[in-house]
Amino acid sequence: MILASVLTTNLAILALAGFLGFIVISKIPNTLHTPLMSGTNAIHGIVLVGALLLVGLGHLDAFDKFLLVIAVAFGTINVVGGFLVTDRMLEMFKRKPAPPAQGDGEEARDS
Amino acid sequence: MSPPVPATIFLQSQDFIYCLYIVAFMLMIQGLRGLVGPRTAVRGNRMAAVGMAVAVVATLLQPGEGNWGLIVAGVALGTLVGVPAARNVKMTAMPQMVALFNGVGGGAVAIISWVEFRHFGSTYGPHTFLTANGFEVQIGGVPTYVAIFSVAAAIIGSVSFWGSNIAFGKLQEVIPGRPITLGPAQQFVNLILLGLTLAAGIALVDGVHSELLFIGMLVTAALLGNAVVLPIGGADMPVVIALLNAFTGVSAAATGMALDNPALIVFGMMVGASGSILTKLMADAMNRSIPAIMAGGFGGGGAVEGAAGAGEHAGTVRSVAAADAAIQLAYAGHVVIVPGYGMAVAQAQHVVRELASELERRGVDVKYAIHPVAGRMPGHMNVLLAEADVPYDQLKEMDEINPEFQRTDVSLVIGANDVTNPAAKNTPSSPIYGMPILEVSDSGSVIVIKRSMNPGFAGIENELYYEPKTAMLFGDAKSAVADIVTELSEV
Repeated sequence: MILASVLTTNLAILALAGFLGFIVISKIPNTLHTPLMSGTNAIHGIVLVGALLLVGLGHLDAFDKFLLVIAVAFGTINVVGGFLVTDRMLEMFKRKPAPPAQGDGEEARDS
Repeated sequence: MSPPVPATIFLQSQDFIYCLYIVAFMLMIQGLRGLVGPRTAVRGNRMAAVGMAVAVVATLLQPGEGNWGLIVAGVALGTLVGVPAARNVKMTAMPQMVALFNGVGGGAVAIISWVEFRHFGSTYGPHTFLTANGFEVQIGGVPTYVAIFSVAAAIIGSVSFWGSNIAFGKLQEVIPGRPITLGPAQQFVNLILLGLTLAAGIALVDGVHSELLFIGMLVTAALLGNAVVLPIGGADMPVVIALLNAFTGVSAAATGMALDNPALIVFGMMVGASGSILTKLMADAMNRSIPAIMAGGFGGGGAVEGAAGAGEHAGTVRSVAAADAAIQLAYAGHVVIVPGYGMAVAQAQHVVRELASELERRGVDVKYAIHPVAGRMPGHMNVLLAEADVPYDQLKEMDEINPEFQRTDVSLVIGANDVTNPAAKNTPSSPIYGMPILEVSDSGSVIVIKRSMNPGFAGIENELYYEPKTAMLFGDAKSAVADIVTELSEV
């Protein structure tokens, strides 16, 4: 019974997260699809959590440790690299001035 | 171990850790909601990053967490690789970067499943018996569903890792972009690989405890990843990248199911949903079904037909000089710029922006028409133009700009090909028939900047180039646009 409830609870989370994901993501415009993809790269960096959970198991032999160092590194690459590159990209979108004033090259406005 | 302090007990309790996960979900989802517009997106991304940090810290609190040396080594290694990569990557190379990051995520999932197998694999399989009142009771070992999700995560993760690496290789042009197939045997080989992988997976779940079999399953899944992506041509890359993105997300969610961790489930499903939506959008924008793309061979298959079609064109191609193009543009009222992969390759986005500014200074109205699959990944053109400081409200999506072509005096096509090909509307035999296109031939005249008359990635002849209203300006996108800018200053 207890085991079944863990499974069904997690299945409920899985299904609801899927629906929520569809709703939230479908509102994102084409313009931002590349940052969305690099952003999701960062989000699936959550595998770092998976690797950390296994590190917490203890009783790791040398080969386990070798595998887990790689997994932690991969997760970190995703998280750190993904968020940084997305930030870099989004800053490019943000610093846009409003439609350029004609004959005036100044782009100092920020808000 | 010293006697635990009450505060430690609280911080390490399952409830507290789960509450932190819930905070992480809220930050993540609110952050993603920020991506609805460029103005809120930066904050949204940072919010999502904070959510991720909360989830990681919560996980580090779990009782029994140790091996700090290992964790620090892994994080340091990942940071050393990830930060410079993120800082230095060129915007034109974003598709490669995303493919690589996808692969890394999938690889991590496969490795995690492997370690799980090394720990719990001996308890996979039936360890249950029925009680008198009909309940199935698990004795020892892990529940069957854990084994199923763990093995599924391993398979999807391995496919995603290798598929993404191949996609990276193609985009980086380490591997030729054209389809590499085994010919008619391809489908058969793919099916065999899929069958072997699934058979191994089922055997493992059923209790065959052999690490060798597990490794074998990872290998067949890896071969499957290679075999599926190698035959896919460059033009189909936007779909492939989005699909692999979905795979990695789903594999992370499966790992979450196996490890009973809601953070992995929720974050993984978000990515899975995002990847699926983008895959669907890209496939629709090419009027291709996802199975047809996975079956491969598009990029080269059309070349034969294209070559045959070329002979039918009695029409002549009109070439134009940069000076004439400059005059035409300078005296136009409305100009629409249609960028494509050629602009990305030539890094021409900055000089294109210069040209647009120059034209605007002369009172010409300039807009950009962005086809959903222009470039090598979803939104590729938008990022390049954003890098060049093009205001995003000048970037028009296909549905928005198509009715405006009739009012457009000059369409300037820069390195785009298939997305402007009228054959998609007029020629039922064309491989791209039915694909929605940017209707540049509705505009008063068309200037196409292109390196040569070679057909594009899809290998299909473009009828647009033979139309009387079309003029070809041959040359590299960057230097051709730069020439127009120079000439423009003398008009």
